[in-house]
Amino acid sequence: MQSLTNRKKVIEQKPMNIWERMYLPAIAKGLAITIRHFFKKIPTVKYPEEIRPYSKNFRGQHSLKRDEQGRERCTACGLCALSCPAEAITMTAVERQRGEEHLYREEKYAAVYEINMLRCIFCGLCEEACPKEAIYLDGPHVTAEFLRKDFIYGKDKLVEPKFDITKLNVNG
Amino acid sequence: MEGAFILEKLILVVVVFTVTLVIAMYSTLAERKIAGFMQDRYGPDRAGIFGILQPLCDGGKFFFKEEIIPAGAHKTLFILGPVIAIITACISSAVIPWGQDLVINGRTVSLQVADVNIGVLYVFGVIALGVYGIMLGGWASNNKFSLMGAIRAASQSISYEIGMGLSLIALLMVTETLQLGEIVAQQSGFVNWNIWVQPLGFLIFITCAFAECNRVPFDLPECETELVGGYHTEYSSMKLGLYMFSEYINMFVSSALMATLYFGGYNFPFMYDLGLSQNWITIIGVLVFFLKIFGFIFFFMWIRWTLPRFRYDQLMNLGWKILIPLAIANIVLTGVITLIKDTYFQ
Repeated sequence: MQSLTNRKKVIEQKPMNIWERMYLPAIAKGLAITIRHFFKKIPTVKYPEEIRPYSKNFRGQHSLKRDEQGRERCTACGLCALSCPAEAITMTAVERQRGEEHLYREEKYAAVYEINMLRCIFCGLCEEACPKEAIYLDGPHVTAEFLRKDFIYGKDKLVEPKFDITKLNVNG
Repeated sequence: MEGAFILEKLILVVVVFTVTLVIAMYSTLAERKIAGFMQDRYGPDRAGIFGILQPLCDGGKFFFKEEIIPAGAHKTLFILGPVIAIITACISSAVIPWGQDLVINGRTVSLQVADVNIGVLYVFGVIALGVYGIMLGGWASNNKFSLMGAIRAASQSISYEIGMGLSLIALLMVTETLQLGEIVAQQSGFVNWNIWVQPLGFLIFITCAFAECNRVPFDLPECETELVGGYHTEYSSMKLGLYMFSEYINMFVSSALMATLYFGGYNFPFMYDLGLSQNWITIIGVLVFFLKIFGFIFFFMWIRWTLPRFRYDQLMNLGWKILIPLAIANIVLTGVITLIKDTYFQ
């Protein structure tokens, strides 16, 4: 058959000569290759001690953000749940009572906000959908658990801890 | 026999035994480390620094594993298998001269457990016995894979023992003695090493040593890809551990033997020109000897992670059609050269 490219190489199988049949040159060649690898730099990253740098836009565990006064930004509009292609987010909306203004920024907030980490595909669409800039996928890896129920993260794990805005390093 | 003599030998036996076991223990770690480095990874490095405690952990694990004796197995022989394997592995180091004589308070202490005048024969007898451990264990398991492994071990060791013996005959024609202590003493310095007069014999010997130790590329008796675990398929717990241990001890002993027979044992270059006292020469000699042994052990492992396993018919071809004729040719060649040397250059 005519070849389509001229890259074809016809390999001729000649019977081995005495030097090749002794195998010793081939063995020496093989030994040279392995010993070269013996002294090569090892690419292993010793994981718990060394962690490889993550990309800046790495999407990890979600966190529900607070505003400058430490109030939860989420208003339980449900757009994140609606945009979620994996249907991982559920929430229960509750009206803010008088005297809770220091806890919740909007008049309505999520009393229950759950993300099923087994369903979540970390696509970041909830982040994009949120009108209040309340949810970001800026956490670490979601860790392994023994039970399925432990993968349903509630507000206790999602809401970010309170911080003092005056002490925050803006440039960092 | 005086008491001091017995005590001295007893101490030497205990020391040699301990050293053998410790080296065998750390050979397992070295094997995995070397495999790791040759495959561009680290190998075990979690237990202690550089994985130095790994052999202890492995040993402990072996002891706590369940001991299983299959229902169809011949119980006595099943237990006897690993016992024979480990005993024969351990006793073969008895005739190896570890160093020159030490002089302590005017008393000469020989660093060789027994300098029997048939040392080489003794080693070969014991090594030949070693295959019984594998055969009995494999047969007594009542498992076809084990039996296949045992049959392979038996035929392989018979085939390669001939080549090994023949390659040694050429060496013995040069040394004119079977006494290991004497063979080493003849090779003082560097130019007198037997490797320079018997390079072909050494090549045959080391090939056969690989086969006798069941090491890659001749590890057909255990051959994981074909025979599950080979002769120790049915073994568990410390009985399996003993088999593995005996493999590493065999490797150590054959390395020591190769260093003794061909690489001058405890002799090192310029040993008498540096003006050292007898004891210092002995101590350095022992260290040099162990350096040579470690070199050979490294070579064993280096080969293991380089070459693929032989097919069974290739193994037999190599043994019977190449090594044995070569060894005989080597004997003839040695004889002719010796004759010419004695007739014309004396």
